[in-house]
Amino acid sequence: MSGRETLDRRGFLAAIAGVAGAAAAGALSAQAPGTLPGSGPAGSLGDPTAAGRPQAPTTPRDDDARIQAIEKRLRCTCGCTLDVYTCRTTDFSCTYSPQLHREVLQLRDSGMTAQQIVDAFVKRYGEQALMAPEPHGFNLAGYLVPGTLVTVAAGAMLWILGRRSRRHDAAETLPSAPAVDATPEELARLRQALAESDA
Amino acid sequence: MTLLGQFALWTAFLLGLWCAVVGFSGRWRGRPDLTQSVTRAVYGICAALLVAAACLWKALLTHDFSVEYVWAYTSRNLPTYYVLSAFWAGQKGSLLFWALVLSIFATAAQALSSRRHAALLPYVAAATSSVVAFFVSVMLFAANPFERLAFTPLDGRGLNPQLQNVGMTIHPPMLYLGYISITIPFAFAIAALLSRRLDTGWIHAIRKWTIVSWMFLSIGITLGMWWAYVELGWGGYWAWDPVENASLLPWLTMTAFLHSVMIQEKRGMLKRWNLGLIVGTFMLSIFGTFITRSGVIASVHSFTQSNVGYFFLAFLILAGAFGFTLLHTRWHLLEPEARLESMVSREAAFLFNNLLFVGIAFSVLWGTLFPILSELVRGTKITVGPPFFNRVNVPLGLMLLALTGIGPLIAWRRASASNLRRQFTMPLATGAIVGAGLFVAGMRDGYALIAFALAGFVAGTVAQEFFRGIRARRRIHGDPLPRAVIRLVGRNRRRYGGYIVHVGILIYCVGFAGMAFKREREATLKPGESVELRSPYGHTYRFTHVGISQYQALNRIVSAATVQVARDGKAEGVMTSEKRQHFTVENGEKVPSFEPSTEVAIRSGLREDLYIVFAGPVNGTEEAVYRFTINPLVWWIWYGGLVLVLGGIITMWPGDGHPAPAARRTPATYGTALAGAAEPS
Repeated sequence: MSGRETLDRRGFLAAIAGVAGAAAAGALSAQAPGTLPGSGPAGSLGDPTAAGRPQAPTTPRDDDARIQAIEKRLRCTCGCTLDVYTCRTTDFSCTYSPQLHREVLQLRDSGMTAQQIVDAFVKRYGEQALMAPEPHGFNLAGYLVPGTLVTVAAGAMLWILGRRSRRHDAAETLPSAPAVDATPEELARLRQALAESDA
Repeated sequence: MTLLGQFALWTAFLLGLWCAVVGFSGRWRGRPDLTQSVTRAVYGICAALLVAAACLWKALLTHDFSVEYVWAYTSRNLPTYYVLSAFWAGQKGSLLFWALVLSIFATAAQALSSRRHAALLPYVAAATSSVVAFFVSVMLFAANPFERLAFTPLDGRGLNPQLQNVGMTIHPPMLYLGYISITIPFAFAIAALLSRRLDTGWIHAIRKWTIVSWMFLSIGITLGMWWAYVELGWGGYWAWDPVENASLLPWLTMTAFLHSVMIQEKRGMLKRWNLGLIVGTFMLSIFGTFITRSGVIASVHSFTQSNVGYFFLAFLILAGAFGFTLLHTRWHLLEPEARLESMVSREAAFLFNNLLFVGIAFSVLWGTLFPILSELVRGTKITVGPPFFNRVNVPLGLMLLALTGIGPLIAWRRASASNLRRQFTMPLATGAIVGAGLFVAGMRDGYALIAFALAGFVAGTVAQEFFRGIRARRRIHGDPLPRAVIRLVGRNRRRYGGYIVHVGILIYCVGFAGMAFKREREATLKPGESVELRSPYGHTYRFTHVGISQYQALNRIVSAATVQVARDGKAEGVMTSEKRQHFTVENGEKVPSFEPSTEVAIRSGLREDLYIVFAGPVNGTEEAVYRFTINPLVWWIWYGGLVLVLGGIITMWPGDGHPAPAARRTPATYGTALAGAAEPS
């Protein structure tokens, strides 16, 4: 056996055990949830087209409450009648809302305030880009007419009911006077007698 | 079969015309043969439409794709129950369904109405048959469900995946039943006006019909919310969409009527108002149909745009003009029998309740039509969405909730100061305790806080009413508690059924208010990665993405994304959201039939719902984009609906549970009413 390294039985068994151990450790690291940091490659889907439109990974800005608040004031232009935020997080086949979301982010990055972004959208897409009309001009009628009508109707009802109530009270008290056939002096004597009997 | 279906439609149409002409002309008076012919025409219409419906169902079940409707809404691999429900999935089929159900209701109205109302029935037949004839004419001249294609395709286009949901097999029929059954009270109102029999007879004739109608509308609206919640995936249930609004409008006016009719029954007041409400409710139901089918206002729920909208607009104008002109001509016959005596009375509370119901209905209608008005006036298209409706309607809704608690506490005719003190102390204390407790617990949302406090007030009112009623029964009869409860409700079904409906409404309101505390976030996760979300109750949920599996099921390829859920570190099992790609088979190949749809993963609980949406994969891998939402108290809405229906059923349960008419007339005070409630049978 000269010129060749020899391997005794103990060394051979140790080598086998080492290989087996390494293989087992490798297998476990692939399976155990505790060792799934999410940094490794995710498995490929058999039919990606059946799982919906491919999505771009989300960023923390997608969850930014200020961005969401702006997008909830803006209507998606795909015709769904939803706001941009709801559409992009609901209708995953829509190609408009992700684009509008990117526009909002760009405008935000350019230093615009929420109101300026909304104004920019109105300028670009018209007033129907808003989920609700701004309360000025003719739009004020939209906001004020229902409440005004209800208030006026309630006021009118209160006035009419109040008048009727007073008239009814008067009608109830008026007949009571002639119903008792007695002079004021007799009534006063009656009251005194009643008071004495109570005592 | 299509020929037979066509023939049946024509038969129904001609019978409807005959019935309308003879019925409205009044020539049946003194002619028993003509009276009988009108009644039989109603039965004949029903039989003809049953034949037409059977023909369409047969075409659907046998996959007769030569029929355009069958081809457009079904496919060979569609499960049978969805094939059956495809009957009302499209414009044409739903028109036939509408006409069929209305003819069944019209037949029931003729067959089941008391002979006391015999003088009204030919007019009722004329009114219902006119409406049926209108619907059949729309089918015959604009949207025929038996229209044939020039060739027979091998397979159909299939049903929209969003309609392949159990909610959609039940929700549209329920809503239709509500819409359609409104026609019967309307027909009785028209009959009363035409015959000048304007006493309370017609009110008694329609009492159960109005409750049936209101209940179906309530069920339909609630199921619609449930369907939107579980199927559309946006995490909400009400978007103030024009079609949703259209279903709410007749519900609001019908609810107003159910309250104001009590004043007419007890005091002989509000006769004109009640007739106006019924005619208005019918018009709103037709308006809803017009909105859904005309395409005049953009809505995700609309049927395909077609020219049937013009038919409905014309009918709406005609029906409105006819109804209100008739009401105007009978105005002098509708003098009230009594006057309101006090501002602090139940009548006044009901008047304000009616004002709010009609006010909310007006504001919803106003908001729905405002885009059209704006375009007409300014030439500018605008959108009127949830922010508008919430701003305008939430304060009105809260006032209405307050009146729900106030109304039952005030005596009829006039309430005294001591009466008010005795009645209001406990409910007000309950509301104040709830409000203060939630404020101390950290709740700062103003509207939600008011809503919960008012819900506490209403709950206090109802509890007090039940408590006093039960106590009186136990004192007088010595009943054990369960029997006292059953007998109290059983002998005063209308009153206590109504209170149970109020409980349902307050449960709804608690559910609605809960949405103010919604939490949500988006995340992109690789298998094994996690994200955390804190619930409004302070619990921390941890969602760990397990992976995506794909498999085929019946008519679709499913991509199921699974998430492990843990609450405060404790495992709570897994939830799976799906993407479904539906397909049809052409020449042995699977051809996608619609865009992939989303199936939400929902775990519902008394306190909150976990709501997970799988948005899609990243780069064709198992890396997934999710939206995680915590929706507090949504469960309460669905169960509020159940309580409401239970109350409705108790209210309309047949039998002699409610007090006799003589006893019902004008109880002077709450005390009198309570004594009546406790009287031995």
